[in-house]
Amino acid sequence: MKVTVKLFATFRAGRFNIEVRDYPAGTTVADVVKDLELPGEKLGILMINHRHVDLDRVLSEGETLAIFPLVGGG
Amino acid sequence: MDKILRIDMGAEGGPKQSTETAGEFAALGGRATTSTIVAKEVPADCHPLGAENKLVIAPGMLSGTAAAISGRISVGCKSPLTGGIKESNAGGQAAQVLARLGYAAIIIEGQPAGDDLYKIHINKDRVEISVDNSNKLLDNYPLIDKLKKEYGDKVAYMTIGTAGERLMASASIACTDPELRPTRHCGRGGVGAVMGSKQIKAIILDDAGCKNRPPQDAEKFKAANRVFVEGIRKHPVAGEGLPAYGTNVLTNVLNEAGGYPTHNFKTGQFDGGTKISGESLAELEIKRGGSATHGCHRGCVIQCSGIYNDKDGNYLTKQPEYETVWSHGGHCGISDLDTIATLDYWDDNIGVDTIEMGVAVGVAMDGGLLEFGDCEGAIKLVRDEVGKGTGLGRILGGGAEMTGKAFGVERVPVVKSQALPAYDPRTVQGIGVTYATSTQGADHTAGYAVATNILKVGGDVDPLKPEGQIELSRNLQIATASIDSTGLCLFIAFPILDQPETFQAMLDLLGGFYGIEMTGDDVVALGQKVLSLEREFNKGAGFGPADDRLPRFFKTDPLPPHNITFGVSDEELDQLYNWE
Repeated sequence: MKVTVKLFATFRAGRFNIEVRDYPAGTTVADVVKDLELPGEKLGILMINHRHVDLDRVLSEGETLAIFPLVGGG
Repeated sequence: MDKILRIDMGAEGGPKQSTETAGEFAALGGRATTSTIVAKEVPADCHPLGAENKLVIAPGMLSGTAAAISGRISVGCKSPLTGGIKESNAGGQAAQVLARLGYAAIIIEGQPAGDDLYKIHINKDRVEISVDNSNKLLDNYPLIDKLKKEYGDKVAYMTIGTAGERLMASASIACTDPELRPTRHCGRGGVGAVMGSKQIKAIILDDAGCKNRPPQDAEKFKAANRVFVEGIRKHPVAGEGLPAYGTNVLTNVLNEAGGYPTHNFKTGQFDGGTKISGESLAELEIKRGGSATHGCHRGCVIQCSGIYNDKDGNYLTKQPEYETVWSHGGHCGISDLDTIATLDYWDDNIGVDTIEMGVAVGVAMDGGLLEFGDCEGAIKLVRDEVGKGTGLGRILGGGAEMTGKAFGVERVPVVKSQALPAYDPRTVQGIGVTYATSTQGADHTAGYAVATNILKVGGDVDPLKPEGQIELSRNLQIATASIDSTGLCLFIAFPILDQPETFQAMLDLLGGFYGIEMTGDDVVALGQKVLSLEREFNKGAGFGPADDRLPRFFKTDPLPPHNITFGVSDEELDQLYNWE
């Protein structure tokens, strides 16, 4: 299935900003994180369709997954 | 900080100064000091621009010490924008210098009879208050250039631009950064207009010959400072994200979450968001030879600011903050960083709050004065109307509410007449509670529920639901009132919320400095005391439960993409101050 993955801030370095990627059915957010070798301890916000999700959320065809490191501001 | 400087600008024969012992304020600071003095000495029903109002300036409890990131200065008064009590704080060098000079506070009261414009020069030996009408109608950058020739570059300046002189309700007080740029502003609530009403253009603070304030328990203080700095540096938000991208790292976050108020709070997503995001801003700053990392005061270990150069590589302004990029950007449908940076420069130069000014411009766009997305039009409004004090400029400079009335706009995003910042309360319901109930009017910094709702720092409360938001906002507002008193930058909240040892280090810094034992309960007690004082003042000024509300459209108009409204009930909002 095709999933759009968006990366932000430090996670972009050496990877990409936005990419449509192919994953087998049943792929979870954690699988994508592992696939992209994102450091778990720096993992911040995970969102699908503008809602926060957990690592065990299973992705569906056509969804957009946004992955941020821990960030803040204000 | 064993003394208080009191200046009566209205004394017969010219301004009169006196020095008092600091008393109870010797071990207080920042917001606790300004709000206590304002609540005690200013009649709540006075006119904010009249002789009875007072301008109180106070460094934080740890300012002027070796404690890291302790350079926040608080300014308090009755606000010409909200009509309630105001504490507005800023970074820059002023807090450290004023604290090393030994002042727990400066209280400026009364009003001169004529139209002379004054400056106040404070060094370790004396305080000189003098007339200098050659500073009249200078904006902040040329004013600082002029003052530098007289007082040099080893001092800190607090100044007002033309907006302050013209008594605009959005006027700020500028504090200079380490390189003497007037870029760090006590922005909110029109404190610059109160300084203008006292006819004071500049305060020059010179700590030559002064030393850092010594701690009571040097060993404990030093050890605590080390742990505190380590804690800040190792936290991903304070140690990595903020230095690299600044506060504007939030544009992509809020846009992705659907909580980025766009086109005057009509939708929660801006299609130009990527172009003005923190990632794009940092890249452009570095490419043009500026910097994506800069500290607003010496001793800052986060360095969340930066330097923004123009196309030719010349300094234009400091790194615009997230709130500014939003107010002049997405809120106005503008997705051009050079336009936003130019507006940031003019806001700093004229001396107005970037949030209030940007929101006012967006409200004027909604009222048909110009099209959303009109970059040149927005610059002209700020530079040529507000900056020149035209009739239209005075309306815009009066803030978002005044602008909304002038242009017949129904959708005016203000609470207690103060413009909402860059988080839509329908999608980030916790911050909606803070906006509604804060003593300060709509103010994200008063209880930053965005951390827990969206960023998942310090816990996790669903941003889209009303459940848990009152308790969250209450706890954050209490903690913030305390932190605003310490002089520590609010961004320490990210590490202290997540790391118990860093929170303990903050307590030990305070305890080590003052030779006492500080506990978490003391922090809560101080915060509650400050908030209660502020609320009491606001009651005297005529505020009641009906003022602790968001504008009605947040309850009636669903916000895309989530298509929900603000769900916290009025009855719940009235429970925020449940300790009273």
